[in-house]
Amino acid sequence: MPAVSKGDGMRGLAVFISDIRNCKSKEAEIKRINKELANIRSKFKGDKALDGYSKKKYVCKLLFIFLLGHDIDFGHMEAVNLLSSNKYTEKQIGYLFISVLVNSNSELIRLINNAIKNDLSSRNPTFMCLALHCIANVGSREMAEAFASEIPRILVAGDTMDSVKQSAALCLLRLYKTSPDLVLMGEWTSRVVHLLNDQHMGVVTAAISLITCLSQKNPDEFKTCVSLAVSRLSRIVSSASTDLQDYTYYFVPAPWLSCKLLRLLQCYPPPEDGAVKGRLVECLETILNKAQEPPKSKKVQHSNAKNAILFEAISLIIHYDSEPNLLVRACNQLGQFLQHRETNLRYLALESMCTLASSEFSHEAVKTHIETVINALKTERDVSVRQRAADLLYAMCDRSNAKQIVAEMLSYLETADYSIREEMVLKVAILAEKYAVDYSWYVDTILNLIRIAGDYVSEEVWYRVIQIVINRDDVQGYAAKTVFEALQAPACHENMVKVGGYILGEFGNLIAGDPRSSPLVQFNLLHSKFHLCSVPTRALLLSAYIKFINLFPETKATIQEVLRCDSQIRNSDVELQQRAVEYLKLSSIASTDVLATVLEEMPPFPERESSILAKLKKKKGPGAVSVTELEDNKREGGELNGGGDRGPDTAAMAASNASTPSPSADLLGIRSAAPVGAPPASTGSLLVDVFSEAGPAAPSAAVNDDGFLRFVCKNNGVLFENQLLQIGIKSEYRQNLGRMYLFYGNKTSVQFASFTTTVSCPGDLQSHILFVPLCSETKPSNRITQWKAITSSLSP
Amino acid sequence: MSLTTHFPLCFLFSLFQMQFMLLFSRQGKLRLQKWYVPLSDKEKKKITRELVQTVLARKPKMCSFLEWRDLKIVYKRYASLYFCCAIEDQDNELITLEIIHRYVELLDKYFGSVCELDIIFNFEKAYFILDEFLLGGEAQETSKKNVLKAIEQADLLQEVRHRMKSK
Repeated sequence: MPAVSKGDGMRGLAVFISDIRNCKSKEAEIKRINKELANIRSKFKGDKALDGYSKKKYVCKLLFIFLLGHDIDFGHMEAVNLLSSNKYTEKQIGYLFISVLVNSNSELIRLINNAIKNDLSSRNPTFMCLALHCIANVGSREMAEAFASEIPRILVAGDTMDSVKQSAALCLLRLYKTSPDLVLMGEWTSRVVHLLNDQHMGVVTAAISLITCLSQKNPDEFKTCVSLAVSRLSRIVSSASTDLQDYTYYFVPAPWLSCKLLRLLQCYPPPEDGAVKGRLVECLETILNKAQEPPKSKKVQHSNAKNAILFEAISLIIHYDSEPNLLVRACNQLGQFLQHRETNLRYLALESMCTLASSEFSHEAVKTHIETVINALKTERDVSVRQRAADLLYAMCDRSNAKQIVAEMLSYLETADYSIREEMVLKVAILAEKYAVDYSWYVDTILNLIRIAGDYVSEEVWYRVIQIVINRDDVQGYAAKTVFEALQAPACHENMVKVGGYILGEFGNLIAGDPRSSPLVQFNLLHSKFHLCSVPTRALLLSAYIKFINLFPETKATIQEVLRCDSQIRNSDVELQQRAVEYLKLSSIASTDVLATVLEEMPPFPERESSILAKLKKKKGPGAVSVTELEDNKREGGELNGGGDRGPDTAAMAASNASTPSPSADLLGIRSAAPVGAPPASTGSLLVDVFSEAGPAAPSAAVNDDGFLRFVCKNNGVLFENQLLQIGIKSEYRQNLGRMYLFYGNKTSVQFASFTTTVSCPGDLQSHILFVPLCSETKPSNRITQWKAITSSLSP
Repeated sequence: MSLTTHFPLCFLFSLFQMQFMLLFSRQGKLRLQKWYVPLSDKEKKKITRELVQTVLARKPKMCSFLEWRDLKIVYKRYASLYFCCAIEDQDNELITLEIIHRYVELLDKYFGSVCELDIIFNFEKAYFILDEFLLGGEAQETSKKNVLKAIEQADLLQEVRHRMKSK
């Protein structure tokens, strides 16, 4: 195929592109580009007015340069001028330029909107489509303000051409997504629903996407679409492949339309009307039946299109979760795909089955495939597929297969990709806790986790195992024995030392009777790891040592010797030094009674929801985890593994509901957290864990004070930070004048609304401080950065 | 930081959204970039860089889908060009693969046995064709005939004017 421009090719452009391609180096390319930019600049500034063709050519060149990755800071005016040309290709290039290089200059915006308005009212369908495409591509607030009321009118007007309707529908969709408040429901909404019955399949295809989105936000307004969608789907599914002519794709009738219809139906619960429901069920059965028929074509496009419909139908069946027959059939179909030749299908089957696993009707059916899934975990070459298999094992886990699944996941973890290890660790920890009937198995599992993937075992995980061991008398001895053995390994992970140190410190007495794990042996074992550990671990070990002095008086002298040495009491780390000095003193002056009281065994922790679950949700986002988690919580009821003081699971479920931020619910939580200075109201997104006082993320007034004091010596830095908000400060001082800037950063993915700040000045200071009015900027990437400049004149 | 922190709240309630489509060569040169969500230039460049690297690292026999940040990536290689779409959690992967295929078919019909060079030298046409097929990330017309008719009509408009001018 000749590498020249087709049609009305701009020769100069083709030459320029060739030149760029022939540049041997980046420098040469930049040089050539700069030369061209200079040329274009001079042409644009020139006295002679450029003709349309030349303008088009230069604007196109600028576009090309921009798309290569270089910045362009001129040409917008010329592009906007092209919009008013009555030559189609000139308009086209103008529109392309402004939709790619979006400019926020208000004058340009006004001109652009004007040009669009003219094209929209031109009654020329090709021009109207160009304008609509532009609005859909840019979708700015200004365009929404200008056109949001016009477009619905165009969409439902009787004399609008089909192609224009299609563009109008999707254009309106884009505007609705960016500025939902400007697209008001009205007379047009019922007419839009009836587009589902339109003769032109293209119009239906475009309208459906609009209706799907609108119905998510206004389900009642659009609920009549359900029966229309069902009839349409039914007609397509039962049509012969020749009926739909050009809308048949490789012998599959209207695959895109079918998928969209099935998707629309997922926005609503199952139809209440018996006839409609019956028709839909028939439809779904037909789709499932077709999957068993021999293919009409060997081409992958045929099977992809057919299976796309099948998977979407299965999604609908799962969404309804009310037809056991269909659910089981869906499960069987997916089971077949698990062993399909094509990797794509195996991947999708594993993914779909995950959702099926949480339905009570199909959970058992899913479990029957456990061996296949385990096999996939072991043998699939593609890491994405292996990961889906791991996800499915997690989803299908229950009491009957927990031991097997955890064992498989542990062995998978040994060779898993680093990028997925942390998530795997969290999942194994959750499963182990949830389904442990025998807590010694749980302890073994966590210790194995630390052994295999120690680096990825986050704090939440090992805090949890300690919590559980403290709370369960029956496993304390076993835990002590097991960590003792684990610590004997020549190279053991630091997390193991932490867990071991803590457990031996509390329960070392349970194994001290055996000469092989006598007190001194225990101490020496721990101390042998001491110098290999980081400061926090060492701090923990020092605490373990003082506990040993209490538990095993015979070790007092040895341990005191260690505490006394310079490397401890003169340690450069303040925490370690303090602990060494205080523990040494405590051991010397406290009587045995006092010591015993101070170092009494840790009381049981109050039962709360595991923070591991919260961490997993935070990691995966609301979508991936919550369904399974919530279902499991619902199903398992109030008891977790029989016995122990467990808080009611309904609380846990309510908590995990609250902790999965749904877009509408979260706003309220965020708003209440906005004011500075007040301790941020917990949005429930992370339940307070027992260790949260010790955790670095704990937001409290104390943080403010610490942070504040730093600024005695520092001018700039972060004044306050929590999960929602970061406040930075920057200050300058000269003689008697000082100036402070406060920057507020939004760390969430949602917008702050009604964000206000107040600064309070104590007493005298009030009269010395000038406040400059608040400047606020909402950047496109949705961070509110507000500056407040305070100029203070301090008297000397 | 997750990709979703870049996107405005307004897009979060729509479960179905093709976020962008990228075409790039095996050397990682970007030949087409269509963004269906608002992003700064800086973010676009970052995403492009990282995603191109990720996809190019995939081996031939691997599946056409991968999870990347919070998105699903559907990609397919046609000769020297990778076609790469980013869709959301609830989107249908297989139908997206066929969207890619349909786009390739359209390019092929228009240019006659399309190759990468056609897209390089006629990049603006590639965008025009894409806009007739997908709008806002959604399929607006799935009849190949109708899409091609719309594009050729536009070309015809130009030719008629040219002929009239030269008379």
